[in-house]
Amino acid sequence: MIGWRTLFYKEVLRFWKVSFQTVAAPVLTAVLYMMIFGHVLEDHVKVYDTVSYTAFLVPGLVMMSVLQNAFANSASSLVQSKIMGNLVFLLMTPLSHWNWFFAYVGSSVVRGLLVGAGVFASTLFYAVPTFVAPGWIVVFAVLGAAMLGTLGLIAGLWADKFDQMAAFQNFVIMPMTFLSGVFYSIHSLPAFWQGVSHLNPFFYMIDGFRYGFFGVSDVSPWLSLGVVGTAFLFVSAVAVHLLRTGYKIRG
Amino acid sequence: MPAISFQSVSKTFAAGRGGTGKPLKALDDVSFDIEPGEFFGLLGPNGAGKTTLISILAGLSRATRGRVLVQGHDVQADYAEARRCLGVVPQELVFDPFFNVRETLRFQSGYFGVSHNDDWIDELLASLGLADKAEANMRQLSGGMKRRVLVAQALVHKPPVIVLDEPTAGVDVELRQTLWQFIARLNREGHTVLLTTHYLEEAEALCGRIAMLKQGRVVALARTSELLDAASSNVLRFKIDSELPKELARKARITGRIVQFPAHDALEVERYLAAVREAGLRAQDVEIRKADLEDVFLDVMAGDRAARPAGAA
Repeated sequence: MIGWRTLFYKEVLRFWKVSFQTVAAPVLTAVLYMMIFGHVLEDHVKVYDTVSYTAFLVPGLVMMSVLQNAFANSASSLVQSKIMGNLVFLLMTPLSHWNWFFAYVGSSVVRGLLVGAGVFASTLFYAVPTFVAPGWIVVFAVLGAAMLGTLGLIAGLWADKFDQMAAFQNFVIMPMTFLSGVFYSIHSLPAFWQGVSHLNPFFYMIDGFRYGFFGVSDVSPWLSLGVVGTAFLFVSAVAVHLLRTGYKIRG
Repeated sequence: MPAISFQSVSKTFAAGRGGTGKPLKALDDVSFDIEPGEFFGLLGPNGAGKTTLISILAGLSRATRGRVLVQGHDVQADYAEARRCLGVVPQELVFDPFFNVRETLRFQSGYFGVSHNDDWIDELLASLGLADKAEANMRQLSGGMKRRVLVAQALVHKPPVIVLDEPTAGVDVELRQTLWQFIARLNREGHTVLLTTHYLEEAEALCGRIAMLKQGRVVALARTSELLDAASSNVLRFKIDSELPKELARKARITGRIVQFPAHDALEVERYLAAVREAGLRAQDVEIRKADLEDVFLDVMAGDRAARPAGAA
């Protein structure tokens, strides 16, 4: 217990010590999105007939921030430790692959939720959404953060340099987030792109999360839970396997 | 039960490493035991496999064949126990730039399941001359200070077996003294020490027993005193101003103007000096000294002498 708790605490302290970069900056970015898109589109777009665009945008932006920051946390921590060489201090300890997994993913969840809460608090100035089913909000926030924290762990193990990690982030994570319905309801898309969106697990995270606020969504929250839960179990199995075999970290 | 037991350890790196295009055999059937309480030296030229062997011991790398036990615990099958018994000071000067010295040491304790370790951390800091650096960020420390923190990190969980991979490379005289006094004290208190070093006089002064690696194989394994006895007992040393003839140069160890010949007796000394005179050269500052570990090392590495005392693999 002490072992994984220490690593978890170390990982939280690591991002907290540079919180301007890891917490404040992503909050500011989301607020800028809010200001600009809210201003441009507020009068032109209504979603689900009843929800104003700004209110619709809030959960999407919150979730996007949760996901991106959870990913960035484990990925950048691991890549940095590999490049600096200080990962040996962990590799030589009795910590098990489960310890590693829970500590890295756990700290990523903490950062994701912290940034998400910051974004949510800041956007309250623009629009206060409703809270129809708060339980779903918590479930999808935690599950989404854990899923992306795990993907970050995999990316961090795989990447040998910052460039590769940035590629993973910019060419995989970013498009999947932006095309998941952060800024729009996928019902507004042509049928083909609606179909494509349904193949994106990120869509279910944001859709289920949004359901918690408005009680309406593109698909049932139970379906979203099933898809996100399965995807999380799958990536977790991959991550734990890579840790157990020492993929790219033990020669 | 040995403190460390290497059993037929081989390690082959896949092709492509170092641009050679063929698999590299870094370790070839390495076997030896280190007994509890020993101060053991592992010597060998660069690329001999010392660090690979230490990496396998520490769990940073896996043996292709064979196994390694630390106090009876297999470093793969029973890695948690094996690593708890082991404190390794890595060769590279690595650190985590986010934290200060005390945080670094507290975290390292926690990873080993040790909490509330500040008394021992303070003792380590004091023994290594780091007491006034406890709150300094790792980035602000000089290379020597970082090296001390590495040593402290390896010892936070009071491991019975301590491994030092070239701990004094690029370290000033003062730190070397502090470090060796401290490590020697730990050894007297019962800790087993495995040391790899390039400074052969250090190994000669500290290590009771020595293994020499060459191209991944153990080429000598004996008590330090036996190794020294087995080598040519004396060395003829002098300076010259111009080059030695080829067949003489082959037998000598030449460092700039300094020429050294291994010599067993007075007759051999006379023969060398006569050969130098016949070549029309003048030997200056002639002296005869006792052979040291460096002579043994060079003999064994040259592989042209029978400096393989009992027990060598």
